[in-house]
Amino acid sequence: MEFKFTEENLQKIETVLKKYPEKKAAVMPVLYIAQEQNGYISGEVMKEVARVCEMPEEEVLGVVTFYTMYHQKPIGKYHIQVCTNVSCMLRGAYEIYDKVKDQLRINNGEVTADRQFSLEEVECMGSCGTAPMIAVNEDYYENLDVSSTIKILESLK
Amino acid sequence: MEKIVLPDIPNFDKIDTYLANGGFSAYRKALTQYPDDIIDQVKKSGLRGRGGAAFSAGLKWSFMPKTTDKPKYLCVNGDESEPGSFKDRQIFEYNPFQLIEGILITCYAIGAKTCYIYIRGEYHKWVKFMEKAVETAYEKGFVGEKMKEVFGGGFFCDIHVHKGAGAYICGEESSLMNSIEGKRPYPRVKPPFPAQNGLWGNPTTINNVETITNVPAIINKGWEWYASIGEPKHPGTILFGVSGHVNKPGVYELPSGTLLTDIIYSYAGGVPGNKKIKCVIPGGSSMPPLRGDQLEGVKMDAESLRMAGSAIGTGGIMVMDEDTDLVKVLARITKFYYHESCGQCTPCREGTGWMLKLLNRILRGEGSTKDVELLVSVANNIEGNTVCALGEAAAWPVKFMVTRFRDEFEARVKESAAREVVNKVHSMRRTVNPISPINI
Ligand SMILES: Cc1cc2nc3c(=O)[nH]c(=O)nc-3n(C[C@H](O)[C@H](O)[C@H](O)COP(=O)(O)O)c2cc1C
Ligand code: SF4
Ligand code: FES
Repeated sequence: MEFKFTEENLQKIETVLKKYPEKKAAVMPVLYIAQEQNGYISGEVMKEVARVCEMPEEEVLGVVTFYTMYHQKPIGKYHIQVCTNVSCMLRGAYEIYDKVKDQLRINNGEVTADRQFSLEEVECMGSCGTAPMIAVNEDYYENLDVSSTIKILESLK
Repeated sequence: MEKIVLPDIPNFDKIDTYLANGGFSAYRKALTQYPDDIIDQVKKSGLRGRGGAAFSAGLKWSFMPKTTDKPKYLCVNGDESEPGSFKDRQIFEYNPFQLIEGILITCYAIGAKTCYIYIRGEYHKWVKFMEKAVETAYEKGFVGEKMKEVFGGGFFCDIHVHKGAGAYICGEESSLMNSIEGKRPYPRVKPPFPAQNGLWGNPTTINNVETITNVPAIINKGWEWYASIGEPKHPGTILFGVSGHVNKPGVYELPSGTLLTDIIYSYAGGVPGNKKIKCVIPGGSSMPPLRGDQLEGVKMDAESLRMAGSAIGTGGIMVMDEDTDLVKVLARITKFYYHESCGQCTPCREGTGWMLKLLNRILRGEGSTKDVELLVSVANNIEGNTVCALGEAAAWPVKFMVTRFRDEFEARVKESAAREVVNKVHSMRRTVNPISPINI
């Protein structure tokens, strides 16, 4: 399906382009805007981003695949990210991670059948002082334990 | 104790509070001096980078060419993705205007007209804080063309926030520049160095968020004052992020050279359940781990930590109690570097994978003594053979964890009965040191 930016997003892109001396440099913010509009980065999205940023499609693909935060497949309405790196692990992150898998009945990288939840085991999120933590979409939830994590999941259902 | 980077002033993140407390007076003062004098003062202050390598900030600035027609750039590194590091986000949240003022002074000193603040993508909330602060500063005429009217002096510069998208390697300075340029962010081969050939081939300086936030205080109170704080060879305060097995994890701003045991036992409240400490990683996950029985007297500054067999890194202190499974910890650390390797160099790409396989094998109880030796040898073969320092970052924890806790690893690959022994060694006597008074 062809992808076109909304009028509003085209204006956002105009602002973003002004920050850099070259259009190509805006590819990351433009991808974010596209992902917000489309939910994920499809081939069609990359084609349009390549056009806007005046760069080859392969290079856009090279950028998209390098980072963890551009999704090439649809994710759930609530994207649950559980940090299991050392500082979180020392304070029980794997118990939380296992419980979340249990509760949602999905594994790392999967989406629930109703498309409500997706799960990702993530690297250190910079919340080691308030570990363990999870992120739901863009929001951090910190100082967790198994029961407070379940409460968060319940509140989203 | 007076704090420089995170002062205990309520609402310091609000422009009015910042101004009421002398905000932007350092930039005004800087404008009355030559750029070279500013560089000289920062050099003499002894300010060293807080992003990992502890390189002299003033010296780095002095590498920027003075006579060039090319545009010059400043990149402020807020990628903050090294496990155990969570300090720069405190600056974004609680002291954004001091960072902005530091940027203005730095740009004036090195002659940069544009600054990009690179913030990791996961920090959505802190990206917004920083964008808001930059917007406010523009509105007030503290950034951009209007600076010329507000401050006089004819100099102005622009500040933009660039949001990352989840890649630890983008904290490496040349990868960071490729990321901003919209390329696949592989680290670049050095030389040429950024001061000659940085963003879009132009002279560029890259500094950590905390480094730049120190600058206004140095200009305002003088380099002599700054140089007198903490350890003379690495002066100033440092943001120490304490995590893991402590009662009060968090960020503590303390003079450099503060005893590691003071930070753990007094500021961070000691270890839960009064347990002993088996291991401490003092500067973020890539720095060599220290044994719990060798923490006494270790001071937290670049030189002292080097003498103690580790490094200051990002000041992220990870504390592990006597019951911690270090094989599991090392496997988790190695998984991280394996995941984050950009794949450009064979030793790093393949080596991190091999180390992870070996560690997982040992974890499953299927390892042999030879595997332990192999681990160290793979680590040694990565070190020094790669384009960027992620190679070392992956090799160091393996090499030093295994050699410093060899009995723990060996017991793991022998009969399980032998494992009992392991938890008894390495542990430090539980002490509560009196906090040594350091006046600044
Ligand atoms: C793999 C890797 C990751 C890094 N990540 C960061 C980071 O997140 N933040 C940072 O300030 N420096 C990071 N650095 C260090 C930078 O390359 C650079 O030295 C630093 O930003 C310079 O600033 P400073 O001199 O003020 O410390 C990293 C280095 C490597 C090799
Ligand atoms: S050392 Fe690793 S991360 Fe650095 S350039 Fe080589 S492969 Fe990439
Ligand atoms: S280890 Fe989980 S946030 Fe740092």
